[in-house]
Amino acid sequence: MSVVVKVEEKLFQNRYKVDSGRPHISIIEEDKCRNACQSHACTVCCPAGCWTMEGNGNVTVISDGCLECGTCRIICDEHHNVSWEYPRGGYGILFKFG
Amino acid sequence: MVEKFDVIVVGAGPSGNSAALRLAQAGLSVLQLERGETSGSKNVQGAILYADALEKLIPDFREDAPLERHIIEQRMWVLDDDSYIGSHYRSDAFNKQPYNRYTMIRSQFDKWFSERVQKAGALVICETTVTNLLLDNQRVIGVQTDRQGGEIYADAVILADGVNSLLAKKAGFHPELQPKDVALAVKEIHFLPQELIEQRFNVKDDEGVVIEMVGKITKGMMGTGFLYTNRESVTIGVGCMLSDFKKQNTTPYALLEQMKAHPAIQPLIQGGEMKEYTAHLIPEGGYNAMPDLYGDGWMIVGDAGMFVNAVHREGSNLAMTTGMHAADTLIELRKEGKEFSKTNLKRYQSKLDESFVMKDLKKYKDMPDVFHTNPQFFNDYPEMLSKAARTMLTVDGVDKKTKEKEIRHDFRRRRSLFGLVGDAFKLWRAFE
Repeated sequence: MSVVVKVEEKLFQNRYKVDSGRPHISIIEEDKCRNACQSHACTVCCPAGCWTMEGNGNVTVISDGCLECGTCRIICDEHHNVSWEYPRGGYGILFKFG
Repeated sequence: MVEKFDVIVVGAGPSGNSAALRLAQAGLSVLQLERGETSGSKNVQGAILYADALEKLIPDFREDAPLERHIIEQRMWVLDDDSYIGSHYRSDAFNKQPYNRYTMIRSQFDKWFSERVQKAGALVICETTVTNLLLDNQRVIGVQTDRQGGEIYADAVILADGVNSLLAKKAGFHPELQPKDVALAVKEIHFLPQELIEQRFNVKDDEGVVIEMVGKITKGMMGTGFLYTNRESVTIGVGCMLSDFKKQNTTPYALLEQMKAHPAIQPLIQGGEMKEYTAHLIPEGGYNAMPDLYGDGWMIVGDAGMFVNAVHREGSNLAMTTGMHAADTLIELRKEGKEFSKTNLKRYQSKLDESFVMKDLKKYKDMPDVFHTNPQFFNDYPEMLSKAARTMLTVDGVDKKTKEKEIRHDFRRRRSLFGLVGDAFKLWRAFE
């Protein structure tokens, strides 16, 4: 049984205050994602689909839909290549129900 | 002018709110900092509220706390791909006041709790992220915030900053979390008319049902699913260890979609309007994975200290209880005129050791390892149980003795006799 899911449709229900131009998550060394990492687990396991494996082998992160869980940082346990801070006060996901 | 408080509490979830309330009630000057727009806007939970822990802090909470339904029925399901085998426990004893467990909606509950904290006299400032602890050698003397001129000082800082526990990590108090010590849970809330929920779950008024699920919904990963009834909504979610998500290369929201499509689950949520999708890490490493809980001028409470009993799905009650004990430790020391040094804060650890918190965590300390190294509990057994039930319940002219033999044969084929006995022993040892 396979179900096709678009995470964007889920995230669309959520409330965010995006801190434009100040992403709270970034890649420390892009080369590491491209060459040293085999699993690219962040691109599969991020519950908000913020991480993408591009066709050219680059990994990119767009944290606008981030649920601030911490998965990408902790799952990168071999390379420690994720710079992860909480958004500035008041910004980011604002849970309506939680 | 340098701003200085007796205590700064970082975070306004259940542990932080409990600590701040208690401290303010005792007359200490308390600053509580929260990065969300209100208490609760960054917080995620299933959510079950266990009355006992809250009652110790706010005896009259039932009068105005935003509660959804009190739980009168607990269902435990073991799911195969197209079936479940389970047990239900329902009792009218759970319908007698005071109720023991409630469903709740976290953002509403936390907001209510925070109002109590503010009424008690704590200064609560939201939309402020604490970026670092201020240290004098190894002693915590305050916090750095993301506001301008955002250095604030205190005699003690209580770290109630949640599972990621960034502040203690940055200060070098503990290392980064391991993927094997946290579960990633994803959850949705679906709104349905109140009468429809009551019909579907066979309840009335404010009665509620909890369904906890294990089995093939987690695709062999160590984890569980859940479905809770609120007044006009149900929350449905699934969580598995992050190490398993990584190993199996699984996308969490796809897992949730498959679970929602299960033939036993789908009819329960059918027609609902999904209004929020959330994800959260749950610190499930247990006793063996706990960080240092105190030092000079600081204490850790709640999820940040890995205070979760994964076996019994308890967390918010541990959070409240640890927040209370941390606060009580400071209140006592202040009365005795003692400083908030590491030596004196050891009393926090003693209070925890004497409470159900550490007793339970110690009791189940081996549980995470047993399940990590024995995935058959999440894969083979659900299938075996389902097949056994189906065999016995299908009336097809085969005699029952032959059916029993077939079931025994199937169990041995899949796990071997030693495997079965060994599994029983492992579980017994871990639960003992």
